[in-house]
Amino acid sequence: MSITIAGMTKRFDRTEVLRGIDLDVADGELVALLGPSGSGKTTLLKIIAGLEWPDAGRLSVAGQDWLQLAARDRRIGFVFQHYALFPHMSVRDNIAFGLTVRPRADRPAKAQIAARADELMAFLQIDHLADRFPAQLSGGQRQRVALGRALAIKPRVLLLDEPFGALDAAIRRDLRRWLRGVHEATGSTTIFVTHDQEEAFELADRVVVMGQGRIEQIGHADQIHDHPATPFVARFMGATVELPVVLASGRAAAPGLDLTALPRRALPDGTARLFARPADIRAMPDPAGVWHVTSLASTGAELRLTATRADGAEAEAQMPRRGAPALTKGAPIALRVEAAAIFPDARRDTATPVLPLPKEIAR
Amino acid sequence: MTATAAPFRAKRVLPGFTLSLGTTLLYLVLIVLIPIAALILKGAEIGPAAFWAIVSSERAVAAFRITLTAAAIATAFNAAYGLLMAWVLVRHDFPGKRILDALMDVPFALPTAVAGLSLTALFSANGWFGQVLHPAGIPVVYTIWGIALAMAFTSIPFVVRTVQPVLEDLDPSLEQAAETLGATPWQVFTRVVFPAILPAWLAGCTTAFARSLGEFGAIVFIAGNLPFETEIAALLAYIRLEEYDYNGAAAIALVLLGFALVLLIVSNILQSWAARHREATR
Repeated sequence: MSITIAGMTKRFDRTEVLRGIDLDVADGELVALLGPSGSGKTTLLKIIAGLEWPDAGRLSVAGQDWLQLAARDRRIGFVFQHYALFPHMSVRDNIAFGLTVRPRADRPAKAQIAARADELMAFLQIDHLADRFPAQLSGGQRQRVALGRALAIKPRVLLLDEPFGALDAAIRRDLRRWLRGVHEATGSTTIFVTHDQEEAFELADRVVVMGQGRIEQIGHADQIHDHPATPFVARFMGATVELPVVLASGRAAAPGLDLTALPRRALPDGTARLFARPADIRAMPDPAGVWHVTSLASTGAELRLTATRADGAEAEAQMPRRGAPALTKGAPIALRVEAAAIFPDARRDTATPVLPLPKEIAR
Repeated sequence: MTATAAPFRAKRVLPGFTLSLGTTLLYLVLIVLIPIAALILKGAEIGPAAFWAIVSSERAVAAFRITLTAAAIATAFNAAYGLLMAWVLVRHDFPGKRILDALMDVPFALPTAVAGLSLTALFSANGWFGQVLHPAGIPVVYTIWGIALAMAFTSIPFVVRTVQPVLEDLDPSLEQAAETLGATPWQVFTRVVFPAILPAWLAGCTTAFARSLGEFGAIVFIAGNLPFETEIAALLAYIRLEEYDYNGAAAIALVLLGFALVLLIVSNILQSWAARHREATR
């Protein structure tokens, strides 16, 4: 089922949670909504599910207006962050729930429901847990049961809220691959919410980066990584070094910064901001350098360094320790930027303040 | 190292485990266990045959029957009303909610005699409610309904206060999950919410029932206390005591104690049953 969202806004009291969302998801696509807490991604997911209602905007699925449909009539599979398994029901009953609550007219026969539950449990490799209760399961097992329960009703759209958020790293990686497999086997249009970039990029066909109620960028991993569309995406993708530069005929320049590795850009002349990842910055000892090393730390494999300039500008660099030049605290250095994103100051969103975001309003 | 470190360990809030445990145990023994033991010993003194003669006497049986019936009526009422009240207090927001919430504790705080007096005044033939009910052929005062009414009044907080926290803790995503799976609001309640609060609700009802069996102060004013008609067991024990019939009083009291113990055990079993799946709701 293809999903079309247009002009969607939503506010909780005075907080704008969604500020005009336009998004198309193709039939059978696996899309990640990626963003920090408070970006509105969970709210958007809940609106698609019918657990939350927008103030304005459209939501249509396969041409049908879903804002006219109650959650229970949308036939969606929703997997909750903390699974929300029914604690007093066995795994089998949890999975069969969506079938047993159907109106008698289109409720499958008992035997059929049992067969469907068995089939799903086998598919999800949890058939040995059929008679256990949720309290007796591990996090990963609960996750599978939650997914099985959602899949039992043959959902038109599968929605997952931070599906791996509560699991530890090793299980996460396993389940990720496994979820991709499930998606390919069922072919259902799937949207999942995450704040973990790696998860989003590894799993999704397309990633939707959200920030403060807006869609900042939609794309594939490489696109978003190499060409962030906004300063927000640049920061979110780890380009935490932010320096003022001056653009002249497509080239950026700043005191003490070697920016010759950057390609020319079709940007207007004037002041701009440069966003770079610490790993894309090289530090070299330079007696005439205007940067001074203020701290130096080693993680064993890597050397992390911060440097300041007389005007107060601050930069971070990260490099493999082996082969790194001999650097000492207080020494003058020069910095070379290997890759960066540049946004002219004139653009409105460069002025977006980097404030701690309000806590995401769940539910 | 550990030996020298031990004296510097952070102290607990209350001084000394031995002292605090000792104090509480002593208190428990003096206030609870010794009186109960005395009662049981007193009952044992009577001997089984005499004991049986007392408790199976016509008047005692009638008193037990009346007490149990009225308590059952009161509990049935409280089961329904208390559940609704807890639901309203947890699930709805309205002006005065906190006042209503606080009012739920009034039966705990109010002297039961005061409750009995005011109920009698309201329901007597010329009281506010009584002057409507009486002509309609529904006498409340001096009937078993009056007893049940007084019992219901004093035991309602037990149901509300046991269901309320469980309902508050219920993860809202459980209901949302049921909804997305196609459940109607009624199905969400019967299949998801009610099973979750059932153990607490039953435990609350059991405690309310136990409390009703033992209620005395509120009832004696409204019941009329007619032997065989509206005389409750606790009152009969009191009357026997007034007649210096210590054995009679102790025997009846022992039966009440037995009921209370059984109900307490039932309530505890229900509560541990409630704890059975609790971890999973997190």
